Amino acid sequence: MGLENIIAEALPEVLTTRLDSLINWARKSSLWPATFGLACCAIEMMNATSARNDLARFGSEVFRASPRQADVMIVSGRVSRKMAPVLRRIYDQMPEPKWVISMGACATSGGVFDNYAIVQGVDKIVPVDVYIPGCPPRPEMLIHAVMMLQDKVMKESVRDRKDIPEDEAREAVVPGTLPVTDGSTAQQNTLPESRPYTIASRHERRRSN
Amino acid sequence: MTSGPENIEQTPSPLVAALQREHLEWFGEVIVALGETTFIVPREHIVAACTFLKAFPEARFDFLADICGADRGVEEEPRFEVNYHLFSTTKYHRIRLKVLLNEEDTHVGSVTGVWRTANWHERETFDLFGVIFDGHPDLRRILLPDDWQGHALRKDFPLRGYEPYSLK
Amino acid sequence: MSSATIPPQFEIVDRPLDTQMTISMGPQHPSTHGVLRLELVLDGEMVVKATPDIGYLHTGMEKLFEYKKYQQGIVITDRMDYLNPLGNNLAYVMAGEKLLGLEIPERAQTIRVLMCELQRIGSHLVWLGTHALDIGAMTVFFYCFREREKILNLIEAASGGRLTPSYFRIGGLMMDLPAGFENRCRQFLEAFPRALDEFHKLLSGNKIFQRRTQGIGYISAEDAIDWGLAGPCLRGSGVALDIRRANPYCGYEKYDFEIPTEADCDVWARYMVRMREMKESHKIAVQAVSRLKPGPTKADAPKVVLPDREAMKTHMDALIHHFLIVAEGFDVPAGEVYFPIEASKGELGVYMKSDGGPKPSRVHFRGPSFVNLSALPVMSEGEMVADIVAIIGSLDIVLGEIDR
Repeated sequence: MGLENIIAEALPEVLTTRLDSLINWARKSSLWPATFGLACCAIEMMNATSARNDLARFGSEVFRASPRQADVMIVSGRVSRKMAPVLRRIYDQMPEPKWVISMGACATSGGVFDNYAIVQGVDKIVPVDVYIPGCPPRPEMLIHAVMMLQDKVMKESVRDRKDIPEDEAREAVVPGTLPVTDGSTAQQNTLPESRPYTIASRHERRRSN
Repeated sequence: MTSGPENIEQTPSPLVAALQREHLEWFGEVIVALGETTFIVPREHIVAACTFLKAFPEARFDFLADICGADRGVEEEPRFEVNYHLFSTTKYHRIRLKVLLNEEDTHVGSVTGVWRTANWHERETFDLFGVIFDGHPDLRRILLPDDWQGHALRKDFPLRGYEPYSLK
Repeated sequence: MSSATIPPQFEIVDRPLDTQMTISMGPQHPSTHGVLRLELVLDGEMVVKATPDIGYLHTGMEKLFEYKKYQQGIVITDRMDYLNPLGNNLAYVMAGEKLLGLEIPERAQTIRVLMCELQRIGSHLVWLGTHALDIGAMTVFFYCFREREKILNLIEAASGGRLTPSYFRIGGLMMDLPAGFENRCRQFLEAFPRALDEFHKLLSGNKIFQRRTQGIGYISAEDAIDWGLAGPCLRGSGVALDIRRANPYCGYEKYDFEIPTEADCDVWARYMVRMREMKESHKIAVQAVSRLKPGPTKADAPKVVLPDREAMKTHMDALIHHFLIVAEGFDVPAGEVYFPIEASKGELGVYMKSDGGPKPSRVHFRGPSFVNLSALPVMSEGEMVADIVAIIGSLDIVLGEIDR
């Protein structure tokens, strides 16, 4: 019994399809988000996975704490200037293919917090695929965004989604933990060397061209 | 409900009288407004005054609720104030101590030796106002990054900061 | 044959690791409840020193308050402790009311108490779910969010917002409760004790949960007061302090409720205090519902409180007041207040300073999470790494309130 038996009866043994459609179909059916709870929206994100809304119906409930195993980064909440480099590093640690959902007004545009501390829109740091308005958006809106992203995934090509080559990736900041601050940086009075936090990934560069 | 919150007296007046009897040089300047009592304590006496208030049997202010700085304005002199909100966990009364600081010399004694909870409050005040607490064990920025320039809550710091954010 | 070289014997030396390891936990870590970062110095698996590093969610709210009119600031307070937004609203508006010297009508006070207690239960439910999730019990999370959804529905019915209601205004409420609210509220309150029993059944008797929490994260009563702990964390150390009793506001002195305390001073004690607190909050909410009587929900201060929609359309003076309040705000007499309330996490104090004029000169929030977190190094010294997660969970921190 089961679905596979029905399919086996209904369909011939060999099917032909485009590689893109097959792989995209597989990708869109299990979009795993990275746990990236920042602020208020994170509570609604948790709510989306809980009993009432059940994001699992769309194959997207497995929140991965490790960015290496995640496909979607849901930026849920305001991004402060102190958090911005961390966010970008986590984005870089995610392997291709990767997508970004900007959840809520703060992540999208800074929201009500138009001040010195908040990055005015997460799209200044990472390329965003879907924006969700609202402060905070309801869980249903997050589900809608995931479905929109699934539609978008179906239109992509496998060739566009490749990791950046290793030698290029090395130009970025060495991976690892953040510098340990036991007050030494404040006392030394020397500013850390300003380096680019990262280099743009391939589809990001293509987009900017 | 007829009594508004402004009618509740947070500091009993006998206590104020007793404190002034003990140490007039610390608690001489007093403001009573909106049911709250504020002592303006000279800067050099704040640690001694706090130690006394914690131990004084009629006061017993063993709980430091809050320390917060305030900027009275760029033109004002003295420009900064540091407010200490004390609370007693046994007698349930409250008091506010205020220290006024000039812009040129923003040093004030640290009360981390009196209440250890003062640690983070003082770091926050240092971070956002640039008030320097002498004797603090670990005075560094707490909310903003270590390489941040300026003190964000000063009135002359622009709301949107000095430069737009860029990753480079 | 020359004497064969004897291979050196493997020497078994029982000595502790002479190297300590520093690891960075967070800011993106599933168990730090947001964007907290800890610098842990470890000896093997034992924590030698834990240093919290905060500020990854610094939002500049206190600066923003100075640029917003008083009524605009209410919206910002919602985003501070986003699990207990009504508590933040309450502290902010009551500080403003104290500066203005407003008297709030009976019905508005009762509704404030009712909504705040519902919100407290909701906040504790999120704590319970995530705390259990951190320790490894995943099922509780779903049960808690199921119950919390009912509370959010009630809050949404009253205010229009699920998570960020902004329901309280300086001078009263945004609007009166909708028709049928009392019945819905009674239905929820009738069913809630059963859900609470369910949580107890799921977790309190669980041997794994007990072993993970009992005796972990010890802080004595003296230390707790010295470190400024408040709320359930302080009551978990056996100090019966509750601002609702110590400095009553909103007429809390007229409600019958207990202050639960536990003497164990550990994670388990803080867990039990919050579980019992939900019961007390339920008790207060039941009393509040039964005390709801018809009456005005806004103070009689036409220059501060927005007029009713109907009055605005029919009376010229109401229209003028409405226009002035919205366009220019209202002037607040010069002065300064510190207003403490008992939020779900402890003493939430608002320091508000006015120079006169429609915008405050300084607003400062004493966030209970901020102070509670500062005591983490004391609690976590000598514990295992895995226990850090349990201790953070028992503090019930919300980073939005810590970093502000």
